[in-house]
Amino acid sequence: MKIEGQVRIPSGCAISAVISKDGNKMSGEMIINSMKPMHDRSNGLGGGFAGYGIYPEYKDFYAFHMFFDSRDTRKKCEAFLKERFEIIQSEIIPTRKIPEVTDEPIIWRYFAAPLKSVHASLQLKEKEFVAKTVMKINAEMPGVYVFSSGKNMGAFKAVGFPEDVGVFYKLEEYEGYSWTAHGRYPTNTPGWWGGAHPFTLLDYSVVHNGEISSYDANRRFIEMFGYQCTLRTDTEVITYIMDYLLRVQGLTLGEAASVIAAPFWSTIAAKTDLEDQKKHTYLRTMFPSLLITGPFSIVLGFEGGLMALNDRLKLRSMVVGEKDDKVFIASEEAAIRTMEPNAENIWSPAGGEPVIVQVKEGAFS
Amino acid sequence: MSIEFIYPEFEVIRNENRCISCRACERQCANDAHSYDKKHNIMRCDESKCVNCQRCVSFCPTKALKIVKSDCTLRENANWSTQTIKEIYRQANSGGVLLSSMGNPNPLPVYWDKILINASQVTNPSIDPLREPMETRVFLGKKPSKVQRSKDGKLDCTLPPQLELSMPVMFSAMSYGSISYNAHKSLALAATELGILYNTGEGGLHEDFYCYGENTVVQVASGRFGVHADYLEAGAAIEIKIGQGAKPGIGGHLPGAKIAGDISRTRMIPEGSDAISPAPHHDIYSIEDLRQLVFSLKEATEYKKPVIVKVAAVHNIAAIASGIARSGADIIAIDGFRGGTGAAPTRIRDHVGIPIELALAAVDQRLRDEGIRNHVSLVVGGSIRSAADVVKAIALGADACYVATAALLALGCHLCRTCQSGKCNWGIATQRPELVKRLNPEAGSKRLIHLMTAWKHEIKEFMGGMGINSVEALRGNRLMLRGIGLTEKELEILGISHAGE
Repeated sequence: MKIEGQVRIPSGCAISAVISKDGNKMSGEMIINSMKPMHDRSNGLGGGFAGYGIYPEYKDFYAFHMFFDSRDTRKKCEAFLKERFEIIQSEIIPTRKIPEVTDEPIIWRYFAAPLKSVHASLQLKEKEFVAKTVMKINAEMPGVYVFSSGKNMGAFKAVGFPEDVGVFYKLEEYEGYSWTAHGRYPTNTPGWWGGAHPFTLLDYSVVHNGEISSYDANRRFIEMFGYQCTLRTDTEVITYIMDYLLRVQGLTLGEAASVIAAPFWSTIAAKTDLEDQKKHTYLRTMFPSLLITGPFSIVLGFEGGLMALNDRLKLRSMVVGEKDDKVFIASEEAAIRTMEPNAENIWSPAGGEPVIVQVKEGAFS
Repeated sequence: MSIEFIYPEFEVIRNENRCISCRACERQCANDAHSYDKKHNIMRCDESKCVNCQRCVSFCPTKALKIVKSDCTLRENANWSTQTIKEIYRQANSGGVLLSSMGNPNPLPVYWDKILINASQVTNPSIDPLREPMETRVFLGKKPSKVQRSKDGKLDCTLPPQLELSMPVMFSAMSYGSISYNAHKSLALAATELGILYNTGEGGLHEDFYCYGENTVVQVASGRFGVHADYLEAGAAIEIKIGQGAKPGIGGHLPGAKIAGDISRTRMIPEGSDAISPAPHHDIYSIEDLRQLVFSLKEATEYKKPVIVKVAAVHNIAAIASGIARSGADIIAIDGFRGGTGAAPTRIRDHVGIPIELALAAVDQRLRDEGIRNHVSLVVGGSIRSAADVVKAIALGADACYVATAALLALGCHLCRTCQSGKCNWGIATQRPELVKRLNPEAGSKRLIHLMTAWKHEIKEFMGGMGINSVEALRGNRLMLRGIGLTEKELEILGISHAGE
């Protein structure tokens, strides 16, 4: 039987997210609990979380979360990393032994800074260098998988139900200003830890519910720019698209949303704001191969914020609610009510309408 | 009769009980196959003149006629087919190169027919095109590699020139001369109404058709017939024709007999002189020369029009396309070995070039491997026969398709493959006024519009079934395709999996 990376596996899912606009820290407990009422949206073959602001003491270093299949591959990979990075901390990611989560690989994290001399000699900017290194490891080193590579953030994922995965990783011991979560319902997989969400690159993380019909058009386009879709999952390609549009092309979040969930031509033609019409025409013409079709609801995590987005036909459920400094996003309102029973202003964003929440300037670290 | 006699290929069967000797067949046949025997008041026929164009069959008011394949056979031989033997007789009779028209008819693999399309089930909803928007609009042209912003951070929305098509199909090049005024007019009217483009071919643009310029691709071929400043300005895009799928590496020859009146004026050559298109452009002997012509044309039109470079699908097409993509061209058009023609040497047509499916797959992948796929758009033709072929071509990686034979069929062509005679009974591949007038441009354009509208509906049905609501998301989406009965190597070149995988 083929595993992910050798074959494309469609899946349905549950997502949930929370952010404090004031940058107030929350433990991972709340986000774990939010996944419980959506238990039936997952099938135990994948769950995961991303937390932002969780490593304040190492905030200037890239936090690499990695899976290894053996001690030997870890040693080899470490030797490779040391040629390119200064590793200032290297440790096992603490986990709880629970019967719900078994067969774990070796789960490790490194806090590291790229060696300036190395990326300067390659004529690469620091982030580009880190991204390329992650891509290289994931594509070329069998038995090694980098599942998180941003600063002051981290992804935690496993095969299991999300609420169990949260307990497994002891997420109640971490504190972050924003969290995202995912429960997976793949239709056909032997269950591989790397295949769970969130999918990340640098500080971008994506949790995604849906199955995109544009997958191979998107993948074959984005792979022109050095991205290697080793997992062949929708989420992986969406993450790379967001990295390409935001970091490489320098688009704003709103502009990137207008590329991947572009308004219909008829909607663009009907716009009375001519400047806006011109912008949308430009973006669709410029990036036609990055339009994502088919059902999706995603939450993109990044340093200092979250963006939620639905496909342009809104073929997947997604609701947003607020309370005080917090904004909640989830596949179902029940998840929001679990986090905050008195949540207000609950609404369903329209298809293609991005919901962007950013922490106040200077309020996150 | 003599050693030179070759038994006619077809027999004209006339049902004498139905025939009323109205002589319609005689009037309809420019080949003089039918004649009236006054003495006996019956119709006679000379089947040696019949090309099986079905004109008399279609116009017989009593349905008294049918054309059948002759059953006068040579002794069967698996090595020496009747066709091969007869061609030898013809060459022994004449000493000439055999001429043929339209695309390669031989039983070589048609990969379109060995590719199957996907549909959504359960995990992803299919979309009903009657209920939801379904977009078929495409823009052809170079896409810049980097977003630019002005100093105040605003997006700089300027783009290189783009061609907007309401659906990913254009009518491909057929010159005025090889086809009639009325055929050209039908194409121009239909392209305008449909929001797509037609292509002048290499014979220039008749002055009456400048008004359809926004929906016209003007071609510059090796003969440079009818090329002048106003002509270049008239079109929405300029196509440099390097080669044609039906006759890669071969030039063209329109006999002086066809260079009369308007054709002479439009081609800007004297009446009665042969119109010879050299095999190569004599100012393009290498890729760097192509770059100069591309930029000469851009200079002449102030960089306002995309430049298309059209080549035939030949063995090294991926590398050739990569060279073209770096030559400044905005669009590459590739013509497969089944592409049609008004006249080509039979041997060349039937033995030179490669299938468009393989050429397209190889070029699309090569341009992606080199990271320059978005520097050019890809248009493929030769032969695209249906909406299913279009969908498969787009999913393999094409931006749009060129269709010509299908368009001619809509205009009445019955694929008798004798365009080179100039006696097209359907008023298409002829310049004889009495034949040309048989094709009414308004009626012809209506049939073209019907055909393309039907294809558009079918394309939308396919897309909706796959859960795709915009053609951009289909382009290069090879996971939507599976091969059937193909070898590992063929699948590898096409970049698709086998059905069941």
